[in-house]
Amino acid sequence: MDETTVISCTVNGEAVEEIVPARLNLVDFLREKLDLTGSHVGCEHGVCGACTVRLDGVIVRGCLTLAAQVNGATIETIEGVTATGEVADLQEAFLARNAAQCGFCTPGMVMSAAELLTVNPDAGRAEIRDFLSGNYCRCTGYQAIIDAVETTLAGRKNGGSTT
Amino acid sequence: MTAPDNNEGGLSVLDRPNSYIGRTVPRPNAKRLIAGRGTFVDDIKLPRMLHLAFLRSPYAHAKIEGIDSDEAKSMPGVIGVFTGKDLIDHCTSWQGVLTHLAGLKSAPQSALAVEKASWQGEAVVAVVATSRALAEDAIEHIIVDFKDLPVVLDMETALDPATPVIHPELGDNLTWTREVVGGDVEAAFSNATHIVEETFRFSRHTGVTLEPRGLVADFDPVERKMTVYHSGQAPHMMQAIFAKHVDLPEADVRVICKDIGGSFGIKVHTYGDEMATVAIAKILGRPVKFIADRVESFTADIHSRDHKVTARMAVDAEGKILGYELDDLTGVGPYSMYPRTSAIEANQVISLSGGQYDFENYRAKATVVYQNKAMMCQYRAVGHPIATAVSEGMADLAAAATGLDPLEFRRRNLVADDAYPKTSAAGAPMDDLSHHACLDKMVTMMDYDAVRADRTAARAQGKIRGIGFASFIEVGSPSPLFYGTGGARISAQDGATLRLEPQGTVTVSIGVTEQGQGTEAIIAQIAATAVGVAIENVRVKTGDTDNSPYGGGTWGSRGAGIGGEATLQAGKVLRQNILHVAGAVLQTGPDTLDILDGAVVDKQGGAERITLADLGAQVHFRTGELPNDLQPEFVATQHYRVKGQPFVLTNGIQASYLDIDPETGGVTLLKHWVVEDCGTVINPQLVDEQIRGGVVQGIGGVLFEECLYDEDGNFISATMADYLVPMAAEMPDIEIAHVETPTSTSELGAKGAGEAGTGGAPAAIMNAVNDALAPHKARVTTHPITPERVLRALGVI
Ligand code: FES
Ligand code: FES
Repeated sequence: MDETTVISCTVNGEAVEEIVPARLNLVDFLREKLDLTGSHVGCEHGVCGACTVRLDGVIVRGCLTLAAQVNGATIETIEGVTATGEVADLQEAFLARNAAQCGFCTPGMVMSAAELLTVNPDAGRAEIRDFLSGNYCRCTGYQAIIDAVETTLAGRKNGGSTT
Repeated sequence: MTAPDNNEGGLSVLDRPNSYIGRTVPRPNAKRLIAGRGTFVDDIKLPRMLHLAFLRSPYAHAKIEGIDSDEAKSMPGVIGVFTGKDLIDHCTSWQGVLTHLAGLKSAPQSALAVEKASWQGEAVVAVVATSRALAEDAIEHIIVDFKDLPVVLDMETALDPATPVIHPELGDNLTWTREVVGGDVEAAFSNATHIVEETFRFSRHTGVTLEPRGLVADFDPVERKMTVYHSGQAPHMMQAIFAKHVDLPEADVRVICKDIGGSFGIKVHTYGDEMATVAIAKILGRPVKFIADRVESFTADIHSRDHKVTARMAVDAEGKILGYELDDLTGVGPYSMYPRTSAIEANQVISLSGGQYDFENYRAKATVVYQNKAMMCQYRAVGHPIATAVSEGMADLAAAATGLDPLEFRRRNLVADDAYPKTSAAGAPMDDLSHHACLDKMVTMMDYDAVRADRTAARAQGKIRGIGFASFIEVGSPSPLFYGTGGARISAQDGATLRLEPQGTVTVSIGVTEQGQGTEAIIAQIAATAVGVAIENVRVKTGDTDNSPYGGGTWGSRGAGIGGEATLQAGKVLRQNILHVAGAVLQTGPDTLDILDGAVVDKQGGAERITLADLGAQVHFRTGELPNDLQPEFVATQHYRVKGQPFVLTNGIQASYLDIDPETGGVTLLKHWVVEDCGTVINPQLVDEQIRGGVVQGIGGVLFEECLYDEDGNFISATMADYLVPMAAEMPDIEIAHVETPTSTSELGAKGAGEAGTGGAPAAIMNAVNDALAPHKARVTTHPITPERVLRALGVI
């Protein structure tokens, strides 16, 4: 039988306490135990970035992090950052630019781009491309995503509007 | 044009006031996806749902002498363990053949391997448990007694008498062969001023949909109804296949495709693991989920490409092509994939290569062989990356032999824009193409002279820099001649049902499906235009066999061309139906009325007479006010298929500009341009993003992607860290322009746009690489063009 452990953490602002198998990874925990299915599993070996979530303010790969490791931590997912409106401008730009096709990579892409928006507000196209290179997208060819992030950065500089 | 729309006073329906055709409108479903609120198949949880995991063959070819699963059966959470033999009576076998591909042969294939496994990754045992983790635990405790068999890997020796035959009952390892001959090739070559020859190699690719394949099969044993939530592209085709092989009436099998995380042709085939899932759900009478993990995707999804082509081209002193011949050899794994078969890619190569050029003498041969690698079938742009890379590689060689600039060579040889309809040397019918207009547009868009000057300047500074072009044709909107004629239950026709709801909104049900291309958006645009309502008031429903008109789904660049036309025609009928009722209610002739922005208006002057909401309310709730002899029909269905042609061709040209690092051999893409003629552009943004995504998939193929096998048939690049797909940092910005030559096969005039990017990019990039390497007397014609291959060509290593 699976070895289990009890974890308490804050997920999207809500306190959560769950018994989890020791081997359960964070993205499966979010998806299966909490029904937060916005974070996706594309490779389960840390390459594609579809499982990107925020752990104590910093993005991590949900497939390379164990649920047991997040005891006491604060986790934010695409559902959380959507609800708070934190990335509303970015999401608006994704929509306007058709930066999501199948949408499978998109939640991870938005989480990564959101970090770029705060850590490097002056990023140019090449830096955006570099920063997002840990998130694979098989549909778009990336250009629309880069455009959307560029637009959002410009909008934030101009005082919060994306247009 | 087909049926003229009498109601438009000479205007095409596409030019109606407030037309949405040709406008960029956001996709209705994208908002949900961007908010993380999509429903992909792994997001579905059903009561009492079980999970499947598979023990897969670790060997490329091995006899199964025995399976001991006693211990696994008593493991925690395990509900059942099924071997190939256990499923034989629950899921009949299949054979990937089509009667119109004469001579194509394949061995019967079962959901799970029965006597032997024929590639590494073939599913052998299925374990059902209460969680995926517990099912995987149990697999560790199953002992399969595999006995190694000799492996057949090299397609070049697969037909040698000394090579073992994979399926002895077939007699040899030949899957299929075909030769196409047009004109007199020998005479053409004997009259040539220059003859150029080359061999091209294309590695094995796979689609790497970011969402792996998966399904949830839910069998209700009381009503004997099967519902399958499927990550797939063709719900009706899968309905027919599931029904046939697990022995249920088609009407009792419902296939639902919710959000699909990429497909690219990967999710339109019959996979043993998926068939086993459906069969086991039926045995257990409970919902069963199977989601492939990434390694399973690599080893069990279909692969594609893997061709070796030798080609010759003969030209006269002016650089006019006199003759062209090629030999294509491809290895397709141990079985032909069901139901589309594994012969189509090679057939496309020999049917299409060089079809953009005006010449009469052609000979091409395709040889398709079996081998112990993953199965191969149709992946995005089927055959085109090969057909185009070969013809374009040969065009550049011939241009160089004649001393012509590559674009000048193409100008002299591309079929004239006014030469259609025309039949190619290979016998393919061609119509409504625009090679020269595209080429001219390309020259202007990229500023060819400036780019050439820039290349000269860069080379003077020691850079290895090149420009490459690819003119191409691309098949879309396949007709019934593609599959249905050969006996496959794959619909080439699609239906659209449009319904005016009481509040004046329009609901569209349609057979073509959405996997991110924007199908729902363009269908809504067409419906809104054809009926005369605002796009916000259109809802599109797709991907559910219980609720969509029968259709083929989305593949072969058919969504806009076929689904779009069905929608247009149904929209026109619905508009007439509405006007008929409105005329009676308003006591005026229907032909004096039109519908504009959700209201019935006077055709002359445009004065509003009654809103569709009012009309809807009257028709649905105050029917007593209507004349007794008036029966309103606010539902219209129309179907559409391509008639009289095997497919609708598109065309275009791509250009690549790149640098090669002399030290690492790495290619840096500086810029990429595409001019594409996909006929009527319904939504410019969606078309451009389809093209960009397609180009990048083509770039992956030409520069990075390779399914690598070792000498024992072990797949050694089966992780995302080893099988390289394009990342954001490596990709260039891609500039796109359009020439619009509507197809004369439909009123809408739209052709496909989903595959041309992938079909043309490898050729343009290979040509740019070889242009860059030419001053260094080096060439690379093996894809992917890896740094190592470049350095070898340069003689550095
Ligand atoms: S699923 Fe975590 S990186 Fe791919
Ligand atoms: S939109 Fe499909 S993987 Fe990015």
